[in-house]
Amino acid sequence: MLDNTDRRLLRHLQADPTQSVADLARASGVAASKAYKRLERMEELGVLKGQRAVIDWHALGYAVEVSLRVSLDKTEPQAFDRFIAAAREVPEVTEIQTFLGRVDVRLTVLARDMPHYQHLYRSRILTLPHITEIEALMHVATIKDVEALPL
Amino acid sequence: MIDLDDIDRAILRALQQDATVKTAELGRRLGISQPAAWRRVRRLQEAGVIKGRRLDLDREALGFGVTVFLGIKLATHGRVSLADFERAVTAIPEVLTVQHVLGRYDYRLMVVARDLADFERVLRRRIMTLPGAGEVEANVVLSEERRPGPIG
Repeated sequence: MLDNTDRRLLRHLQADPTQSVADLARASGVAASKAYKRLERMEELGVLKGQRAVIDWHALGYAVEVSLRVSLDKTEPQAFDRFIAAAREVPEVTEIQTFLGRVDVRLTVLARDMPHYQHLYRSRILTLPHITEIEALMHVATIKDVEALPL
Repeated sequence: MIDLDDIDRAILRALQQDATVKTAELGRRLGISQPAAWRRVRRLQEAGVIKGRRLDLDREALGFGVTVFLGIKLATHGRVSLADFERAVTAIPEVLTVQHVLGRYDYRLMVVARDLADFERVLRRRIMTLPGAGEVEANVVLSEERRPGPIG
């Protein structure tokens, strides 16, 4: 479906999504018209789903980031759906993942500071349905965050 | 810290959905002029609120069928250099994110692989051999969702 030219274009685009198609084509060694057509095709195929702005939450005053690892009550058939639906209602939750493993669901939660986190944890997180166990990893530093696929 | 009004918040929400949207289009949607929209976007960038863009790719279509989150505990605190571990783990192409955390684990990693067999190869050859790596816990991602966050 995708060939090496497509992968090369994506690799260069991942490195700098803001560059123009002309610059991207030059860096990838293909004609601009071809680059344009390939990108359009990858969008149509749904491989390239779009570009999203990345927000720096620190700059908006959110200094605390916590990864909450949650186990759910598996005797309750609706546990996953209900838990996730309720977690979506908490604005400070920025990521929701479900897993196969020791952990069922993971949430990333932002807070302005520790008192704010404590408040959120008690009033919005512990009140989410069907939790059997919850464990927190406090974010200290981001060492790598490229999210660029090794294409 | 930067103060945001409702229009700034609407701009951030729109750009989180689609960072390529033109300021003329933003202005039209929000009932402000193109130059006003452009000035607001530039202010948000200069304040560091918008720190960049991320491509949203269909990993599976690109051949990365498996995403795994790893929790890693370092084997011997104090005797292992965090810098050595961090340098080595950062160099692994399949490792997309590395976070230093406090709690049951010391580091949290997001790893992509072609399939489970490929993941096992990455785990054995590259992760388990990292300097200082001790207990490793793997959780395979079944679904993931990003939320807009507390923009208001």
